[in-house]
Amino acid sequence: MADTATASDARPPKSVVYCGVCSLPPEYCEFGGTTKKCAEWLEKAHPALYTALYSSEALSQNLSSLSVDAQKRAEKDAQKKAAKAEAAEARESEKRATSKVIIKRVERNKRKHITEISGLEHFNVDLKKAAKEFGKKFATGSSVTKTASGGEEITVQGDVSDEVLDWVVEKYNVPEDNVEQIEDKKKEKKAAPPMVAPQPT
Amino acid sequence: MFKKEFTAGQKSKVKSSAQRAVRAKVIETYPGLEPYIDDVLPKKEQLDLVKVPDRVSLYCNGSTPLFWQHMDDAIIPHLTVVHKYPWAFKRIRIDRGAIRFVMSGATLMVPGLTSPGGRLPGDEDAGVYDNGGQDIDAGEVVVVEAEGKEHACLIGVLKMGTKEMKEKKKGVGIENGHYVGDGLWKLDLS
Repeated sequence: MADTATASDARPPKSVVYCGVCSLPPEYCEFGGTTKKCAEWLEKAHPALYTALYSSEALSQNLSSLSVDAQKRAEKDAQKKAAKAEAAEARESEKRATSKVIIKRVERNKRKHITEISGLEHFNVDLKKAAKEFGKKFATGSSVTKTASGGEEITVQGDVSDEVLDWVVEKYNVPEDNVEQIEDKKKEKKAAPPMVAPQPT
Repeated sequence: MFKKEFTAGQKSKVKSSAQRAVRAKVIETYPGLEPYIDDVLPKKEQLDLVKVPDRVSLYCNGSTPLFWQHMDDAIIPHLTVVHKYPWAFKRIRIDRGAIRFVMSGATLMVPGLTSPGGRLPGDEDAGVYDNGGQDIDAGEVVVVEAEGKEHACLIGVLKMGTKEMKEKKKGVGIENGHYVGDGLWKLDLS
């Protein structure tokens, strides 16, 4: 314990460093499951703290205060936790790689379109917030709507598919290959199908 | 209490009269926090109330969570507040072996406090945990720190007075607390 019990009125608040990886105070990183990454982060961001926490001296001191039996159990526990965290991460990255964001332009009334964006939820995006953001950015109406298949998608008024594409890639770190742009021609008039209308993209 | 991660419910502004009431209640519960109350709960700022599952309401200022309260129970500070002003609260300490259980959301058991690594008020080498030699009663809010660590890892309501703990040396210490890395800790309010 670094602080002493002399609590004077003028005592300034403690500034606390939180780990950039697991958000805990760095001294608790060892219980978070992503210890390795946390250590790397700390070494880069706060070298002084890193040496204080991860020097071999500090580590051995930590261990000596526990009985051998408890040590073993703790280690097993930590390993299990780490494995779990790793598996979760792998699943996440796999999901990222395989899932697609689809930006669809739907013709609503001749020259008027709406843009439907589906699949964003696979990239850890809060749809409601994203919808609000789109609305703000493009100064149009934008909302989360339920699709027929049970999922949810974002509907933006107006043809903004190109801008949405850029925004999605930039803001939500979705790889560009995973974004698909489609134009829905379902609502075109029956006479139209034979000739392919030029579609400005 | 917050073992599972959750998403915040609706956010609403707190009336200024209610805001004063919260302020008064915080000072009453935590006299040690009084010198800093203007930093923690600025008078002029608009306080927000966020509804959280399990009938917990969370008071926050913008996107920083400050206090939470389960129904009409004691109002309990968020651990980020505790980390800033640890000396303003009643503190106890657990031994190293108990940390991993606390961090995975288990109930805090008394042996973790009475063992050599733990500290309770009235112990010989209690240091900052002495609380003026006064025992802490059941039902009071305590901050739990850990052996060899600088910051608090848990905050909650004592289920058993510290005097009783020292006699019995077993049983439940704190149930349903808020610990670092739980759902409330990870809650994103932005």
